[in-house]
Amino acid sequence: MQRLDIAAINREAVQAIQKSQPVLTGVGIAGEVVPRMRRNLILHAGPPITWDRMCGPMRGAVMGALVYEGLAKTIPEAEKLAASGEIAFEPWHEHDGVGPMAGVATASMPVWIVEDKAAGRRTFCTLNEGLGKVLRYGAYSDEVLVRLRWMRDVLGPVLREALAGRPEINLKALIAQALQMGDEVHNRNRAATSLLFRELAPAILRTRAKTDDQVKVLEFLHANDHTFLNLSMPAAKIMLQAAEWREGCTLVTTMARNGTDFGIRVAGLKDRWFTAPAGMVKGLLFPGFTDADCNPDIGDSAITETVGLGGFSMAAAPAIVKFVGGTVADAMTYTQTMYEITTAESEAFQIPTLDFRGSPLGIDLLKVCETGILPQINTGIAHREAGVGQVGAGLIKPPAKCFEDALAAYVDAYCPE
Amino acid sequence: MAAIHDLFTSPIKVINVGLPSFHADLKSQNVPVVHVNWQPPAGGNARVAALLDRVRRWQAQVRAGKKE
Amino acid sequence: MAGPIGLERPGWYSDKEGIGMIVRHRIKPQTYFDSVTLMLIGTELKKLAGVTNAVVGMGTDYNIDSLKRLGMYSDAFATVTPADLVLAVQAADTTAGDAALAAAEALLQRRQAPAGSGAAYTPTSQEGGARVLPDANMVLISVPGQFAGRETEIALEAGRHVMLFSDNVPIEEEIRLKENAVRKGLLVMGPDCGTAIINQVPLAFANVVRRGDIGLVAASGTGLQEVTALITRLGFGITQAIGVGGRDLSEKVGGRMTLLAAQALADDPKTKVIVLISKPPAPAVVEALFARLQNTRKPVVVYFIGADPQTIIRAGFKAAATLEDAALQACALSGGKPLSPLMPADEIRRRAAGQTLPGRFVRGLYSGGTLCDEAQRLLKGQLDEIWSNTPVAGCRALPDPFKSQGNCIVDLGEDTFTRGRAHPMIDPGYRQERLLAEAADPDVGLIFFDVVLGFGSHPDMAGAMAAAVRQARARGGHVPRFAATILGTEGDPQNLRRQQATLAEADIEVFPSNVALVTYVQHLLAPKG
Repeated sequence: MQRLDIAAINREAVQAIQKSQPVLTGVGIAGEVVPRMRRNLILHAGPPITWDRMCGPMRGAVMGALVYEGLAKTIPEAEKLAASGEIAFEPWHEHDGVGPMAGVATASMPVWIVEDKAAGRRTFCTLNEGLGKVLRYGAYSDEVLVRLRWMRDVLGPVLREALAGRPEINLKALIAQALQMGDEVHNRNRAATSLLFRELAPAILRTRAKTDDQVKVLEFLHANDHTFLNLSMPAAKIMLQAAEWREGCTLVTTMARNGTDFGIRVAGLKDRWFTAPAGMVKGLLFPGFTDADCNPDIGDSAITETVGLGGFSMAAAPAIVKFVGGTVADAMTYTQTMYEITTAESEAFQIPTLDFRGSPLGIDLLKVCETGILPQINTGIAHREAGVGQVGAGLIKPPAKCFEDALAAYVDAYCPE
Repeated sequence: MAAIHDLFTSPIKVINVGLPSFHADLKSQNVPVVHVNWQPPAGGNARVAALLDRVRRWQAQVRAGKKE
Repeated sequence: MAGPIGLERPGWYSDKEGIGMIVRHRIKPQTYFDSVTLMLIGTELKKLAGVTNAVVGMGTDYNIDSLKRLGMYSDAFATVTPADLVLAVQAADTTAGDAALAAAEALLQRRQAPAGSGAAYTPTSQEGGARVLPDANMVLISVPGQFAGRETEIALEAGRHVMLFSDNVPIEEEIRLKENAVRKGLLVMGPDCGTAIINQVPLAFANVVRRGDIGLVAASGTGLQEVTALITRLGFGITQAIGVGGRDLSEKVGGRMTLLAAQALADDPKTKVIVLISKPPAPAVVEALFARLQNTRKPVVVYFIGADPQTIIRAGFKAAATLEDAALQACALSGGKPLSPLMPADEIRRRAAGQTLPGRFVRGLYSGGTLCDEAQRLLKGQLDEIWSNTPVAGCRALPDPFKSQGNCIVDLGEDTFTRGRAHPMIDPGYRQERLLAEAADPDVGLIFFDVVLGFGSHPDMAGAMAAAVRQARARGGHVPRFAATILGTEGDPQNLRRQQATLAEADIEVFPSNVALVTYVQHLLAPKG
């Protein structure tokens, strides 16, 4: 019987999250900066998965990425290659990173670099492609590949130079401000993207890039409200890594989906995934789509909820409640309910409508199991076929089985009979 | 005994876990009270409740050990 | 007060047989509601046209067995758990059955969102409640018994006192919880504790009392209510009234909480007089308790219900003979001079004078268990034979609690009557039915009963009982006499005076204490001439 005081361990873990200071320091090439990245490796969202079990959008993204990377010439060839066993598939989460929706990334893609300097830690995320036909929803048409190449050849280098020429951007402070402006930085990133744009614009203009390219970069960042999602995610990830792999700790440090499975990881159960079939998101669909069009829950973006943003901070973002099919009162209730399963309140992230109460922080596996209250996630819905894109947005909770299995494993590891 | 002395000498403030009418009665007397919309632990899942009990007993032992 | 309001029990009355009826059912997985809410919904459904029976309850073994017994079982219930909500309706046809299920859904919806959208958030766990009210010092627990221990542990761990209203808590668990509480110097009032008053605040079933210097510890809910109400009506007041649960002074529990509470009152500078009420405790417990109390210089009034007062007197304490006597002695000690009862003996005698009962038997219909006991004890010397569902020594057990015989005094708050039905202090339905049945018996000369006021109780019990009495008279034929006692204070939400007037207007003799009521019965029964 080990003498571990869970409450004390969890308190320390939450303190580490509170202390973590994610800053945006630059843009790099995945193959150069992401740990253990290699040419035949494809990173993806969610828990580990094999090609044969991948959902439509993830398969589409994999095929598009193989062509983009030059590993296959055509889509049919890419499909064969993906199934051949020559390509490795690994979760972003096991490479200090995160990816929205399919989350597919390959070696030559540009990635944001987020750092926690005190902890000596770095996390990564691809750059957001915008809405419509995009790789993260499994689209692989020429239009998608052309954009990805432009991102590699123009957007990435311009942002890299711009960031190198200015002080790093404190993402925690930026997210805190965005919460005061109606974002919860999962489904709504409009305020955060605008704040980022204000930070980046002068630096972009100071780069040596052609004016035409500078304008295109600014227009691209401006046109996409979700530009910042690919920064709120690695920021959340790096904060949660501060709590990871502590003996006895019951905090949930990962919630992620690959479109087939939902997986969680717990700080006291190093490297272990607890998975169950991903659920269907309930919410509002764009005109013309039906439930039959929807893919099961997908993406690493639930990392925002894991750190108390997104669905946990719905009360800060009443503007999106209709988008996910609810009322303002619902939004307040979602956030207040999440305090039941968390151990602390964020010092940095405050919710104006709750009298600036800190957002619910530190999901406790034990509390989730005890109360039966599952984490509230609000998220986009992908079309189940590759390449159609987003069909709506809504709310979902993780499968209870993930938490029940994690609890069983925890008991087995720490207090078996 | 200090805890009972404190109770007798400070305003009573109640967490009501269970029947809503007890909450209504206290509220009508302006007693500070919060109602808990109680649900069975672990959503009534006996297997999970048993696992949680094991963690709880382990932690009680750990805390008792600390005080010694 | 055993099984105060029937936690863990389904909500239906099983008095009709459904032959040629259809049964409609529904299961709502992982949906929990408290039993009182479900019982009230069950009662609503039974009022609907075409509905003969309705069961709305959690999927406990007890409820499933009941469904089988009532012929309302379906194989769909085979896999339900106590966390699932089960609805079953027996109706004349499918349309009526489905309408009832729809009505049930609507009622459940209404219960789920009590104050509409934008309402203040209601937490779903004790820890969540503690976040809303971090400096709470008391947790009032009324969850089903199997979960009560867990909630108590959580409260004690957080350093909070507990009033444990829940019943069906195993005695081993009670011992463990109380050991833990004593170590921390915290109160665990209960389990199965219906009444407490802390700092003048009535908790659960309790009356609005005057502030004063009398502190009480009691292992009897209605006993504590009667004594605190009488103290208030006598013009005196109390500091604390601490319920400890009916088993606290048993040999196994060893009076753990009584000892702690008595010590707390001994130490409390505001308490000048201590009153102790319990069934006769185990001898070892008496010894420990008296040893503890001998250290205090405060006067102590002890009422061990039905026990020989000599042991108490020998130990140097005041022995009370009845609940009212306990109140009178405590007030006399508080005021420094003797007191006369609220209704003088002459007045009671005068009321009984010249009265002849229209039948040879008396019937007592009590909602308070300790009051029912007291009535039996006071009458048993005078009557050859008293029948009861809860007989005290010298009285006889009713073969069928639902059917009176001879002179009969029934505790309608006992478990047999509260299965699937709220306690008679909340729901007068069965007592009204029973009163009508007793009144029709030509051998019955008098029906007497208690009306318990205070928080937790029915808003107009006097009105409900008066209505039943009027109905009995309106039927014509044989009509007995009626008498009642009201347990309550001027401050109670039901309004004591109005309740008295309601009974008096229905020609029911009203007495301010149970002892006064029973004395009146004694006079009526005394051989005339």
